[in-house]
Amino acid sequence: MTYFPYLVAAWILACGLYGLVTNRDLIHQIICLIVVQSSTYVMLLATGYVTGGIAPYFSDVPGSPKAVDPVVQALALTDVVVEAAVTALLASFAIQAHKRFGTLDPQDLAEFKG
Amino acid sequence: MMTQALQVVILVLVALGATLVVMVRGRVRQVVALSAYGIGLAVLFFTMQAPDVTLSELVVGAVALPLILLLTIARVRWRR
Amino acid sequence: MTPGQRRVIFLVAMAGLAAFVIWGITGLPGFGRYPGPYGPAILKVAEGQTNATGIVSAVNFEYRGIDTVGEEFILFTAVVGMTVVLRKLRGERQRPAIEEARERAQPAGGTGVRAAALAFTGPAALIGWWLATHAQTNPSGGFQGGVVLATAFLLVYLGGEFLTFRRLSPVDITDAAEAIGAGGFAAVGVTAIAAGLPYMDNYLPLGKVPGAVSSAGTIALISFLVGIGVAAAFVQIAGELLEQTMLVREGGG
Repeated sequence: MTYFPYLVAAWILACGLYGLVTNRDLIHQIICLIVVQSSTYVMLLATGYVTGGIAPYFSDVPGSPKAVDPVVQALALTDVVVEAAVTALLASFAIQAHKRFGTLDPQDLAEFKG
Repeated sequence: MMTQALQVVILVLVALGATLVVMVRGRVRQVVALSAYGIGLAVLFFTMQAPDVTLSELVVGAVALPLILLLTIARVRWRR
Repeated sequence: MTPGQRRVIFLVAMAGLAAFVIWGITGLPGFGRYPGPYGPAILKVAEGQTNATGIVSAVNFEYRGIDTVGEEFILFTAVVGMTVVLRKLRGERQRPAIEEARERAQPAGGTGVRAAALAFTGPAALIGWWLATHAQTNPSGGFQGGVVLATAFLLVYLGGEFLTFRRLSPVDITDAAEAIGAGGFAAVGVTAIAAGLPYMDNYLPLGKVPGAVSSAGTIALISFLVGIGVAAAFVQIAGELLEQTMLVREGGG
């Protein structure tokens, strides 16, 4: 268990990169990019986890008990939402490319250059 | 101990989910797989004591991303 | 380059990356043994300094406030970029929404979906609002609340009311709301400077009871502003894509 969560994050990264390289469709590639990005959330939260720690919310907890790291959670939290907006921007690029060239295959799109 | 067992199970599920999302062919299927993967991630974050990231991942993974991607797919499929 | 060659090159590169990543991972402290100095330090002082019992929000909107301004503006820029990219191309025409709606057949068996969607609109709006305004005490905040708030508008569309969706969220208003959210956040930071305090300093009264809705000063205010900005951004994104899918047609007219 010592390194297992980190290895899962690395595996997710590898999966996403594999998809990015081998897929020939812009929408598939956007989805693979989302997978790549999700590996960073797993990595961040795994590094901040403390065995036996509680979530950093102290509304109904007296004293100061052991809690997990709030800083990495704050990083992951904002990033999840911003990722969605960036996906929307990428999707609009895909829509416009499709309108102009009638294809979503990046190899075909390369031929239209110039 | 219980928490750790749960974490291992969900980590395995998430790793399989990521593989599935990348391997599935067909755009709409892939979006559905991505949505399920997002829910898996949300559960994982919950077991890692991050309820706020869980909430974020749930609303984005289950609502925002599928919506954006499905509308894009509908747009590029459309011909007249 | 053939797909085969591409795969071979990828696998070679991946082997290198994997070796590097595994070397890095084995140098990390094991899972659950986080030694980082910042987390424990913030956990110790945050509740006393800000009166917020949700420490993640305190980090997001106070200790790391300037970074979150950056995130908020990434969101803003992404939506602006999207609007620019999806502008009308030459030879494209947009049909008036009312015309499109008249021709569009209602999907069969739509009444159940309609009723369910419209029934959930109110609760979604309420939950979104609640999440956005309770950042200082709950695992919530403007980012999550904003997205939930935006789904309330989307449910109106799911109920088959694209026209109502557009009328409820005209582009001018979502634009303005987004600007108020992002600009207001930055402005809260700048007001602190005007008062002779450091940027993003928490200058509002912190309240007496830790975790109360009225506590935590600017944390609550910023979370609310972020909620408005994020909700507007997602309504705008959805509206932009729906317009593309339903109204924009090729050919002159």
